[in-house]
Amino acid sequence: MRWVLRGGSLVVGLVLWQVLTASDTEAWLRFSQLPTVVEVAERFAQQVGDAQYYHDLGSSLARIGAGFLLAAALGISLGVVVARSRVLGDLLQPSLEVVRPIPAIALVPIAILLFPTDEQGIVFITFVAAFFPILVSTRHAVRALPTIWEDAIRTMGASRSQVLFRVVLPGTLPGVFGGLSVGMGVAWICVISAEMISGQFGVGYRTWQAYTVVDYPGVIVGMITIGLLGWLTSAGVELLGRRVTRWLPREAAI
Amino acid sequence: MSVVISGLTVSYGRSAVLSGLDLSVSQGELLVVAGPSGCGKSTLLRAVAGLVPFTGQVLVDGVPVRGTSRERAMVFQEDGLLPWRSALRNVELPLALQGVSRESRRSTALAWLDRVGLTGFEDYLPRSLSGGMRQRVQLARTLAQAPALVLMDEPFGALDAQTRSTMQRLVAEVLRETGTTTIFVTHDVDEAVLLGDRVVVLGAGEVDVHRDAILKAVMA
Repeated sequence: MRWVLRGGSLVVGLVLWQVLTASDTEAWLRFSQLPTVVEVAERFAQQVGDAQYYHDLGSSLARIGAGFLLAAALGISLGVVVARSRVLGDLLQPSLEVVRPIPAIALVPIAILLFPTDEQGIVFITFVAAFFPILVSTRHAVRALPTIWEDAIRTMGASRSQVLFRVVLPGTLPGVFGGLSVGMGVAWICVISAEMISGQFGVGYRTWQAYTVVDYPGVIVGMITIGLLGWLTSAGVELLGRRVTRWLPREAAI
Repeated sequence: MSVVISGLTVSYGRSAVLSGLDLSVSQGELLVVAGPSGCGKSTLLRAVAGLVPFTGQVLVDGVPVRGTSRERAMVFQEDGLLPWRSALRNVELPLALQGVSRESRRSTALAWLDRVGLTGFEDYLPRSLSGGMRQRVQLARTLAQAPALVLMDEPFGALDAQTRSTMQRLVAEVLRETGTTTIFVTHDVDEAVLLGDRVVVLGAGEVDVHRDAILKAVMA
């Protein structure tokens, strides 16, 4: 019954869109400017058969992949270091806290100046976007770790690295995956924005291109593609998170 | 393993939780430290385990305690099991840290789980076990570690009366069987008398009482 309701609400939304745009409705909002569902579907079918579409998908995914993986590696490592070492925390935290409030997308001019190619600049923006949520979640998760786990393993004679790999890293995974989920979402926002500003390929670039050549069905196809990519990659992170934190009580699982 | 504690002082901030404590435990002895909440019983164990900084001296077989060691295992009131490891893998953990081979640590862990009556629960995660079962896993893990000294911090405090009594019998049996020197902290006088070769009461000055004396007093 619930699935019928959910499916029904989607169908009603699509029908409403089709009716409002096909009848060129203007009631403050100018639906006359937007393509109909049928036009979008036709454009989608056309794009799916075009190699350019997959090239753009590949470009965006490669940028997300590189930026996000770098952010995950560095965000988790620095989060652990800042939370566990007072000296390194004092050394690194002020610089990190100064940069953190700046939205990654505001760094585009710097990225263009700093990096020899646009490609590297976009990966940098994606990296910065995902880095801070991952760093902050990891730092918080390490600080919130129950001390008894560490006490227990230390009285088994564990070395510092054994404490790190056997307790700190597995114990902080739920918090870390919270950060990875948020990081993935923000990374998509920023990669698409950066592509719109300075890209040569990619879904964001193609969507903005479609807008500038008045190909509105193409804009909607781009938006849907971005939504699907974001959803798939976030679901991937979520699924991996659930797998590695199966020990959590289900209702508290991420 | 014998323990000689002299002038032990532990402070948290400005307040001293333990101040100039002297105490000794002989090889193979099960010493119970009793006393009201906040008298420093747990702090005493944490100092001997090497988990908190202290002044004074704690000698274990004549060697001063500096930091933690696998020779001084601790059993906590909350179980301290790693929730992402199954019962079996929790018991294997101290052996894995020592670099014992997979087969060998598996057979040792299985034997100890069997000894504490948990055969059939090897693959259970701690969250699927009852409080009493988790404490038994913790006990098995401690014994698998084969420490020379076991420090038990009110391990049965959160258990119901029946489970507690079963666990007390099991602990007394296994520790005596292995000849492990033990310091057992409790605020429960009955438990102290039941388990201890000797009972020390911490509080308004440390009082050293032998079990026979307490039994005599209770009988009278």
